[in-house]
Amino acid sequence: MFSRNTPFRSRIRQKRQAEPVRSGRGVFTRRALLVMAVQAGVLGVLGRRLYNLQVVDGGHLRQLAERNRTSKRLLAPARGTVHDRFGVALADNKVSWRALLMPEETTDIPAVIERFSQIVPLDEHDRARIERDLRHVHKYVPVTLHEFLSWDDMARIELNAPSLPGVLVDVGSTRLYPFKDLTAHIVGYVAPPNEEDVAKDTTLSLPGMRVGRAGIEQTQEAVLRGEPGSVEMEVNAVGRVIGEIDRVEGQQGEDVRLTLDSVLQKQVLNRLEDRVASAVVMDCRNGEVMAMVSTPSFDPSLFDSGVSHAQWNEWANDPRTPLVDKAVSGLYPPGSTFKPAVALAALKSGSVTAHDRFNCPGYYDLGGVRFHCWNRWGHGLINMREGLKYSCDVYFYEVARRCGMDPIQAVGNAMGLGVKLDIELPHVRSGIIPTPEWRQRHGFHWNGGDTVNAGIGQGFVQVTPLALATYVSRIASGRDVQPHLLRATNDQLSPLASLDEAAKVDLPPDYLDVVRGGMFAVVNEPHGTAPKARLDLPGIQMAGKTGSAQVRRVSRALRESGHFNSMNLPWEYRPHALFICFAPYDNPKYAVSVVVEHGNAGADEAAPLAKLIMTDALLRDPASDVRPPAPAAAPATEPAAEGAQPVDTASAPAPQPTGQGQSDPGVPQ
Amino acid sequence: MRRNGLNTFGFLKSDRRLLRAEPDFRPMARLLQVNWLYVLLVCLLAGVGYIALYSAGGGSAKPFAGPQMVRFGFGLVMMIAVSLVSPRILRMASVPIYLLSVTLLTLVLRMGHVGKGAERWINLAGMQFQPSEFAKIGLVLMLATWFHRIGNERMGNPLRLIPPALLTLLPVLLVLKEPNLGTATIIGVIGATMFFAAGMRLWQILLLVAPLPFMGKLIYSHLHDYQKARIDTFLHPEHDPLGAGYNIIQSKIALGSGGMWGEGYLHGSQGQLNFLPEKQTDFIFTMIGEEWGFVGGIAVITLLGTLVMGGMLIAIRSRNQFGRLLGLGIAMDFFLYCAVNLSMVMGAIPVGGVPLPLISYGGSAMLTMMFGFGLLMSAWVHRNERDPGTEDDDDD
Repeated sequence: MFSRNTPFRSRIRQKRQAEPVRSGRGVFTRRALLVMAVQAGVLGVLGRRLYNLQVVDGGHLRQLAERNRTSKRLLAPARGTVHDRFGVALADNKVSWRALLMPEETTDIPAVIERFSQIVPLDEHDRARIERDLRHVHKYVPVTLHEFLSWDDMARIELNAPSLPGVLVDVGSTRLYPFKDLTAHIVGYVAPPNEEDVAKDTTLSLPGMRVGRAGIEQTQEAVLRGEPGSVEMEVNAVGRVIGEIDRVEGQQGEDVRLTLDSVLQKQVLNRLEDRVASAVVMDCRNGEVMAMVSTPSFDPSLFDSGVSHAQWNEWANDPRTPLVDKAVSGLYPPGSTFKPAVALAALKSGSVTAHDRFNCPGYYDLGGVRFHCWNRWGHGLINMREGLKYSCDVYFYEVARRCGMDPIQAVGNAMGLGVKLDIELPHVRSGIIPTPEWRQRHGFHWNGGDTVNAGIGQGFVQVTPLALATYVSRIASGRDVQPHLLRATNDQLSPLASLDEAAKVDLPPDYLDVVRGGMFAVVNEPHGTAPKARLDLPGIQMAGKTGSAQVRRVSRALRESGHFNSMNLPWEYRPHALFICFAPYDNPKYAVSVVVEHGNAGADEAAPLAKLIMTDALLRDPASDVRPPAPAAAPATEPAAEGAQPVDTASAPAPQPTGQGQSDPGVPQ
Repeated sequence: MRRNGLNTFGFLKSDRRLLRAEPDFRPMARLLQVNWLYVLLVCLLAGVGYIALYSAGGGSAKPFAGPQMVRFGFGLVMMIAVSLVSPRILRMASVPIYLLSVTLLTLVLRMGHVGKGAERWINLAGMQFQPSEFAKIGLVLMLATWFHRIGNERMGNPLRLIPPALLTLLPVLLVLKEPNLGTATIIGVIGATMFFAAGMRLWQILLLVAPLPFMGKLIYSHLHDYQKARIDTFLHPEHDPLGAGYNIIQSKIALGSGGMWGEGYLHGSQGQLNFLPEKQTDFIFTMIGEEWGFVGGIAVITLLGTLVMGGMLIAIRSRNQFGRLLGLGIAMDFFLYCAVNLSMVMGAIPVGGVPLPLISYGGSAMLTMMFGFGLLMSAWVHRNERDPGTEDDDDD
């Protein structure tokens, strides 16, 4: 192209011969100088900009750099532990290990995962999650291979570390519930915080932070959580820690000690077996809940790592409601267990005295409607003590009619029924003692029949097992005890823990004595409704009251057919069986309430349970010198009951020692 | 009196007797004609690069500084060798070199390695090679040769300018296709500057410059998404602080944290802690600025400026059009490298993957730049070869 022989080359020669050609050097020099000026200008502008960036804005940018360099990390505080009254841990922190994979530190990730799975099996779900994480996460960010490694797994991984490049074990903390379902409803459980929690308290976004979601874990959240500490660290661009600059230790959560006795709790649970039931054992002198069981239950530790969908559905759709604490959230008509409250209300209002006798022909006519006694042949002419003893419905129809609902509600509320109890649990339901005003507020007219129905604890009356235990505690002790679960926080004893210091209930002692006497008769006298609840312990009597709460109205036709037997009903239509009791009768210590859902009859189902539970409680009592009965003595109980002498119906009962009663007779308070 | 010795300050002061001297073609004499001050400055710049890469390697010659020095050693030998080559030979070689560079550009489009969304690399005998770097040298040689052949007189004839315009557009379009907007722009600007310096008439320039704004709009609409993203990110870096804007923000933060005197060598927190992206390549200057502060940064800019100005002076001092344009082209190439890279790390123009010559880690940029310096030095060594039949029209 540029060979010397091109025509254009020869033309240059011709021209050159004619005259010297201007080389263009002058033009070039001028223009090159112009270019140099532009270049110098550009470099000058860049220098100026460098000055602005480094010197003028330097301070601001230096701060940004410092923020880049240091990373302040909050340290999750250890959550406070929960113990029973003897210091047995109910909720504890367990060191747990998790295996992480640093993708950048290994070359052959699938092989490492394969070798890892030979040590710790990974299921399909895990593998899918790991693969997803590996795809989405930056290679400097560790991927969790396995949460909650056991000590053995951890040791095996450490041992095999050379063949697992990039795998490292991280120490964390998990919540441990050693008793699993035994205390699940009371202690509750923790779960990872949701977005709402984090919005309220940003420290919850810390890894490892948990929020109480039920029970004591939820209500004592502020005590248990503690204050996070912080550590300031030098980090590199990918967040890897280079060194520690400053550390502020946090405040560990405070430990909580409950009034619960885990051994008694276990015994109560065993007594309830597989019934759908709830039982509360309360120290009636101060309101401490010694045992509170609701069956069936669930394993709270499953919530820490997240409950599977299937598991949740199983719980949520179970008609036996394992997730609900029936002791505080289960509402039941109290049935005949409500009668002592009605009696107290009538006595207090003065509408009835303990000596007034009413005739029970087996039915009660009111406004053209016939209400039946549970005994179709009637109880005859009876007073209040006998009314309680026989649990005569007609007697209490009449008492309720004379008394009216307002005193019943007032006294019921004073005894802990139909009011919100201030116990340290969430979802405590208050129940209801209906009044005509309450009914009207809901747009209905109150009938006289509603009053008589309420008189036997049916109709609109609803209570919780805990309320029943509180109610019987107040009857037994005559004190306005508050049910509570918290015995001590960080070894600081609760003021409620002292015995016999609660204010007296606003009822004259002799009224309470009438009711206590009636309840004594229920258990210990012939023809009482709960002979099966009689204690086998020497010198200790129990007073109680049965209750059978219909969940479905029994039709007149069915009742009159004479073939009515609630045992023939389907399970979910059978009446609830209830029993409330306290013991020892002469010096009450424990109050027990038992509710067996669809247990049919309180006397047959709940009363024997209550007896067993009370026996357990009395034998557990460290202050008691009660010995368990000799095995040979046990069969003697039933015949002895048969032969017990009838007691007079005085308002101040002198309970006769029954069975092996050789100790001094109980002196009523 | 003829002075044929070491002419250290020759490009700063005019030595009439020397300029009039006949060229001496003995190799040793030509070796002495090499502007050793300029070579020293080049070595100084490479030394700065070594020190910076040593820091980028976390206080170690591995993995950056050591290999880079080996390449510089090769490059230096190549530079000296090329500087001794006669312009006549260079002109003869310009066509093959140009064709080779265009072929490589075509090849890289077909089979190049994809890096960061653009095809820019080619594997040449086991070495990663960026043909677009080489294309710049090829174009400079080609244009210098062309304008040398037609001489200043024929610059007025538009028909004479069409072939070099096409020769410029070809690599520009090929590089755009890769797509590498930054390098394509640099090639275009080098070409334009050479047209300008070669004596293009003013009316021709005006005719070309007038429609440029409309062209800009047209080009923007044909940009790739990632190139648009770069421009948008540059305009609003805070919109995407962890994505594309991260580089710019981190670079500015690191520079700012250097302050006036810097955080001390090997003690730049942002660079040492890896907050700086690509600190050993495109963002090496940020690292220097952070560790040595404004003082160090401006010193490096001064050194770069000195090399640019020195190159331009070498071009001006050449007595033949080929040497002038060759020197100007190389100096301009070097300048654009520096300016684009510095603007980039200071957040003044969109990030474009342009290294800082001789300092950034990278083989092909280093070797092509050293080859370019060799051409520049050849223009200096042979500065007194006059174009036959021409007469200087200025004061000397």
